[in-house]
Amino acid sequence: MFKNVNQEALKTIFASVVSILIGLIMGLLILLVTDPSNAFLGFQRALLGGFNRLPRSFGEMLYQATPILLTGLSVGFAFKTGLFNIGASGQFIVGGFAAIFIGVRWTFLPPSIAWIVGLLGAMVAGALWAGISGALKAYRNVNEVITSIMLNYVAVFLVNFLVVATVFNQTRNESLSPTNAFIPRGFFNDLFPRTGVHMGYVVAIVVAIIIWIILEKTTFGFELRAVGFNRHAARYAGVNEKRNIVLSMMIAGALAGLGGALLYLSATGVHIEVVDVIPLQGFNGIPVALLASSNPIGIIFSSLLLAHLNTGGFYMQTLFPTEIINIMVSVIIYFSAFAMITKSILEKYLKQKGGKNA
Amino acid sequence: MEYVIEMLNITKIFPGVVANDHVTLQVKPKEIHALLGENGAGKSTLMSVLFGLYQPEEGIIKIREKEVKISNPNDANNLGIGMVHQHFKLVHTFTVLQNIVLGIEDTQYGVLQMKEARQRVIDLSNQYGLRIDPDALIEDISVGMQQRVEILKMLYRNNDILIFDEPTAVLTPQEIEELMKIMKLLISEGKSIIFITHKLNEIKAVADRVSVLRQGKYIGTVNVSETSKEQMSEMMVGRPISLTLDKEEAKPTTPVLEVANLTVAGHHQHKDAVNNVSFTVRAGEILCVAGIEGNGQSELVFAITGLVKQKGGTIKLNGKDISNSSIRERNVSGLSHIPEDRHKHGLVLEFDLAENLALQTYFSKDLQSNGFIKFDARTKRANQLIDQYDIRAGRRAKTNARSMSGGNQQKAIVAREFERNPSFIVAVQPTRGLDVGAIEYIHKQLVKARDAGIAVLLISLELNEVLEVSDRIIVMYEGEVVGELNPKQTTQQELGLYMSGSKKDKEASHV
Repeated sequence: MFKNVNQEALKTIFASVVSILIGLIMGLLILLVTDPSNAFLGFQRALLGGFNRLPRSFGEMLYQATPILLTGLSVGFAFKTGLFNIGASGQFIVGGFAAIFIGVRWTFLPPSIAWIVGLLGAMVAGALWAGISGALKAYRNVNEVITSIMLNYVAVFLVNFLVVATVFNQTRNESLSPTNAFIPRGFFNDLFPRTGVHMGYVVAIVVAIIIWIILEKTTFGFELRAVGFNRHAARYAGVNEKRNIVLSMMIAGALAGLGGALLYLSATGVHIEVVDVIPLQGFNGIPVALLASSNPIGIIFSSLLLAHLNTGGFYMQTLFPTEIINIMVSVIIYFSAFAMITKSILEKYLKQKGGKNA
Repeated sequence: MEYVIEMLNITKIFPGVVANDHVTLQVKPKEIHALLGENGAGKSTLMSVLFGLYQPEEGIIKIREKEVKISNPNDANNLGIGMVHQHFKLVHTFTVLQNIVLGIEDTQYGVLQMKEARQRVIDLSNQYGLRIDPDALIEDISVGMQQRVEILKMLYRNNDILIFDEPTAVLTPQEIEELMKIMKLLISEGKSIIFITHKLNEIKAVADRVSVLRQGKYIGTVNVSETSKEQMSEMMVGRPISLTLDKEEAKPTTPVLEVANLTVAGHHQHKDAVNNVSFTVRAGEILCVAGIEGNGQSELVFAITGLVKQKGGTIKLNGKDISNSSIRERNVSGLSHIPEDRHKHGLVLEFDLAENLALQTYFSKDLQSNGFIKFDARTKRANQLIDQYDIRAGRRAKTNARSMSGGNQQKAIVAREFERNPSFIVAVQPTRGLDVGAIEYIHKQLVKARDAGIAVLLISLELNEVLEVSDRIIVMYEGEVVGELNPKQTTQQELGLYMSGSKKDKEASHV
């Protein structure tokens, strides 16, 4: 009995590893095609990722991992409850703006709590933003993929407008820096000096664990998953499935919004630039969630993988143009996200082999 | 030629399961050969082997006394083997004619030539009495006609070995009778039929011989005329089964469910699905709602259980008006519901058995504290129900609901719904798609619940079940109650007249 469980988990892990390996080979091929002389050195740096220049590179990797861990959780949590939240980008930027607004305007708050208020404000903003898609899905049966993707655009332009109207740095065409709401760097300051990583990473890990506990250990998570798997059966059992769909979406939005705050309240001079671009961190949440099969604990590791590759890409910049590096990272992620397909091929192969042996 | 099909010593193994263990099936020309077995006995696997969907590990197949290898359904088709699947394989947006010729169309210069095909389809349908409209869209025609289209597909391809996989499961009594006539006509015209079923009445009615499978093993083949239903069911289940239900006279007491002037809107705006229906179910009785599918029974149940809001009328449970209560409020005040569609409403198939068994009680004090699930208590409770209700589940509480057989899924729902102290149980077609053993079990449980003083409302389409299990019958036709009958004093014929709307009691809408 217990053996079956282990085998299943083993298969999943094995499939993920195989997918990542295929992705890496494809990435290497791209480097070889572009510039054979630098390919292997470049590939080495990509593989070393966060270990290129310890300890600094490792700190950078954690810094990179922080926001996508949250957007990954946002997408993954929605997946687990039967929703496809493709609007994490919009929720992310709305959350980011709320955090900056609080950081710039609410100067009456003491620094020790200003950043916490910023994080909470971002969560509320993200939740309300995603709640629109949730409510439309629950009460009007409008597909959340459509509403959330359209709200990405609305979010970007709305935030641009609000930045200009409230917290604008005209000379640089971006948001002002917060005055006293910065996430403290805590012990990371000693571990990884001169890097961006801050206590927000600890917050992210704690949130991942909380989300896992909610989904797996509580009656609330039980209801959410029941609605996600079979809305009709949940309703039959007396679960208020409409309310749960809205709540699911709002929690997903709060997670993405928190991701925005964790990026824009770091003391590294990141600002919301007034440009018409949808933030990538939101979309990156999708492969992060897929790679981990939406398991919150798995997402901690899959977000690290993506951050690892991106950090490696940074150290490749002396060898390759950034476009090629981005293509390589994308291809690796692209293939890695095929873990599910690899798994089913693997199962088919094992079944055939098993059939012949018997 | 003695046998048209011989499947000798077929063994098919799936990882962990021997689906067919040295099974032999020999079908004579021009016979209806029934293949009988419970769900999971290996009937479908054996037919999939014959149809080329699976390759057996062992055994040989002979068609018309020649050994053959069937690697895919095209091979089977070339050998003259055709199959009507349980779930029809039709393109819903195509016409009847288009579906029949699909895959073997005649073309000239790349243009479809339908004229000859059309004539042939019409000729075939006349020859075999298969009433169809060649130009109707599949989505517009009845399930019975869809089945006739499937039969015509086989005939159009000149198949003469016809496999029918549980063909009667989706049909009304009248349609079943018609199908039986068609099957007899087919063999008189030289076809041979394999008839997969677990309904003994139907085997008695049409089959010449019957082969029985049990848990993947071949039990034997007998002549239907020389055997009885009891013998067949014993071969199938492996123990004697009583086909008649032992139950004492009902002793109804106080009213539990009181429905008054209930009206429920239908899918079409202009017509109500349930129209001004009133009835009472008392403690200690089984009231059965009989009727042909789609006459408002589903909507009636949805309104009682709260899944759909009624348009008018009141519903009282134990004297309390629950007309506007939420589903959860009804469920915790003594209403249990065995739903019509166990996959849509009854179970979360992705959940394991423990989670499914807790679906209605996960919020109770026993199974959670402060919002945290008590896993040990949940598993313990699940294992207790698994033993008590004899639910066959390989990994006990951890078994994935999807991997269980239909009968065991239903037992799980029954266990969950019966074990939360209901005062009223509504069971909608609780035995649909189940085998004899499971049907016997479910019926016994319903009677047991009744004897324990629970009010039971049974919705059934099966006349046997209606007459066998109920203490009182009301018949629904086009959303109205058209009659109240006493099962001891009525017959299948009389019931059929009420069900088809040919007979109505005056004042029947208030019983």
